[in-house]
Amino acid sequence: MRVGLFIPCYVDQFYPNAAIATLQLLEKLGCEVVYPQNQTCCGQPMANSGFEHLTHGCNELFIKNFDGFDYIVAPSGSCVLHVREHLHDEHDEAKAVDIRHKVYELTTFLTDILKVESLPARFPHKVGMHQSCHGQRGLKLSSMSELVAPAFSKPGSLLAMVKDIELIELNRVDECCGFGGTFCVAEEAVSSKMGKDRVADHLQHGAEYITGVDMSCLMHMEGILKRQGSNVKVMHIAEILNGVEN
Amino acid sequence: MNTGEKEHAELADVFNKDEARVDWHDETLWWIRAKRDRSVHQLPEWEDLRETASKIKFNVLSNLSGYLEQFEAQAKANGVTVHWAADAKEHNEIVHRLISEQGVTQMVKSKSMLTEECHLNEYLAEHGIEVIDSDLGERIVQLAKEPPSHIVLPCIHKKKEEIGDLFHKYLGTPSNMSDPQFLTETARQHLRETFLTRKVALTGVNFAVAETGEFVVCTNEGNADMGAHLANIHIACMGIEKLIPQRKHLGVFLRLLTRSATGQPITTYSSHFKKPREGQQMHIVLVDNGRSVQLGREDFRNSLKCIRCGACMNTCPVYRRSGGHSYHNAVAGPIGSILAPNLDMRQYADLPFASTLCGSCSNVCPVKIDIHDQLYKWRQVLVKEGYAPTVKKIGMQVMTTTLNSPGIYRTAGKLGRIVMRLAPFAVNNGLNPWYKHRDMPTPPKESFGEWYKKNRK
Ligand code: SF4
Repeated sequence: MRVGLFIPCYVDQFYPNAAIATLQLLEKLGCEVVYPQNQTCCGQPMANSGFEHLTHGCNELFIKNFDGFDYIVAPSGSCVLHVREHLHDEHDEAKAVDIRHKVYELTTFLTDILKVESLPARFPHKVGMHQSCHGQRGLKLSSMSELVAPAFSKPGSLLAMVKDIELIELNRVDECCGFGGTFCVAEEAVSSKMGKDRVADHLQHGAEYITGVDMSCLMHMEGILKRQGSNVKVMHIAEILNGVEN
Repeated sequence: MNTGEKEHAELADVFNKDEARVDWHDETLWWIRAKRDRSVHQLPEWEDLRETASKIKFNVLSNLSGYLEQFEAQAKANGVTVHWAADAKEHNEIVHRLISEQGVTQMVKSKSMLTEECHLNEYLAEHGIEVIDSDLGERIVQLAKEPPSHIVLPCIHKKKEEIGDLFHKYLGTPSNMSDPQFLTETARQHLRETFLTRKVALTGVNFAVAETGEFVVCTNEGNADMGAHLANIHIACMGIEKLIPQRKHLGVFLRLLTRSATGQPITTYSSHFKKPREGQQMHIVLVDNGRSVQLGREDFRNSLKCIRCGACMNTCPVYRRSGGHSYHNAVAGPIGSILAPNLDMRQYADLPFASTLCGSCSNVCPVKIDIHDQLYKWRQVLVKEGYAPTVKKIGMQVMTTTLNSPGIYRTAGKLGRIVMRLAPFAVNNGLNPWYKHRDMPTPPKESFGEWYKKNRK
């Protein structure tokens, strides 16, 4: 199985460890993983700001980089959702559609395609799981508190395979952290308040780590934790599942 | 609401100056949302109900003119006078004329967000007519000379102590009295006088049934009934989207409405009005005010399914932390942010951006409006129509150029990380809105791309 590794721009630049863990984890699970080196960004920052018409370049680049793989996997719900919903190709739409169907968020790929049932990881810590909205509600990674439907969680089921991990309960299981792309700077007051509240829920329940499928939400919460002088760390779920403890 | 030229972000910033108040506002609304969750989980058929309601409304919107004509004919046959208003101005003029014809200068009103949308109270005040709002929450904000901050809970932004102060000032209660029971009783006495003496009563409409020409008004206080039953003339104002085809469809909507709004199984009073009682006049004003334009916008048509339950506001993490007034529009929150730009793109260009697109609103909506997708689509429309600030346009251009070229991207990324490591003050300063509230990530020595080159292949 040839997997194209899609590493979102800010993960590439600021959180290489999350990307390395994703790569190693996929390799460990038997995938042939290739990282196309000319990738940049999925175009979401522009699109969510109302500038979808400026994303042609990113789309072209994305298609050029990821054409021909069996699957494309990324450690980010939000970027994957963007590609799934908005990747287009003026000249060859069929190709874009094909890629849209082949792109997977990491934990869904592990549960739905690789059907992982056990992992050699160990993480002896109290961990809070932040449900990033785009992954949860957009890609349906886990059940949503608003809906009357059976409970499930793809990232949760994977974390349950990790030895000695203690997952904490939260008061609000799937409240948004307030990152929201450019929302975090355009609406700084509300965004930071949301982040503070989200972090407080985790702290109140004794989290030592906050994890999730989207590094962007975690980056926002990390910024708040650091500003508060907290020792609580954020860590992408790939790092926990890969069994690497920092 | 007159907030000058202030946009959502600025108004939200002001609201957030008092963090304890934000916490209180957030928790109050979250409590209602949690109550809604418990209540909908009692109905295993909840998701089917939502789907059914959405389809009924889809039918209505697809055949709106036919249902409107049917409704008009039935209502007329029932002895009701039907009026049509193309916009807010016409609506206000019609209501004003009907009141003037009675030779009175006072009217009692039950809560109607449509009249808020049309700014009826201000219009009538300018013409020497006094309106008393009879919904308790509306009466409170009316005394405070503020618009409602929520379509179902108009004074949810006010604490009981503040209400006590208002009552002390306007209704003569002792000072520092904030016991809800006492305040409610005071309001009751005060409104009773109003109900008994007003000759004209205005109500909103929750559902109008095309098949029968009747309409249904839902309240928890019974105030619409008291106003309408005691007055000589009952004026009911409704947006043209409030129609449902048949009476049997009411069962679906009445079950959805209050569970979504407050978590109650059903509204305390769901009153059906069909024909005027003897000697009374009944009028219905059917108002367009931009609705047919929205109907013509394919991407946004679904927003007209809204039954005004307010659930999207209660669940919205941004609404809960910025308050209804920050939306500077009669209908606040996620749904207001879709409806408002339809009326005036320039004035409301900020609202579709006042969201993280978390999608909770779309999940909670009893008629399944794709709210957060419409917010995304409005952003595209507003930028295309030229309503994006110049700074943002330039920023987006720069970003696009960088991301379109792997070479520039790699160089810029490397430079950026070096700057952040060696000269953190260049980014960690007051001009950086991120840094105002949060620390920047610690830039790593090498990017993943650089690591990959060394470690693979
Ligand atoms: S959009 Fe949906 S949730 Fe919001 S007020 Fe309307 S019906 Fe209720």
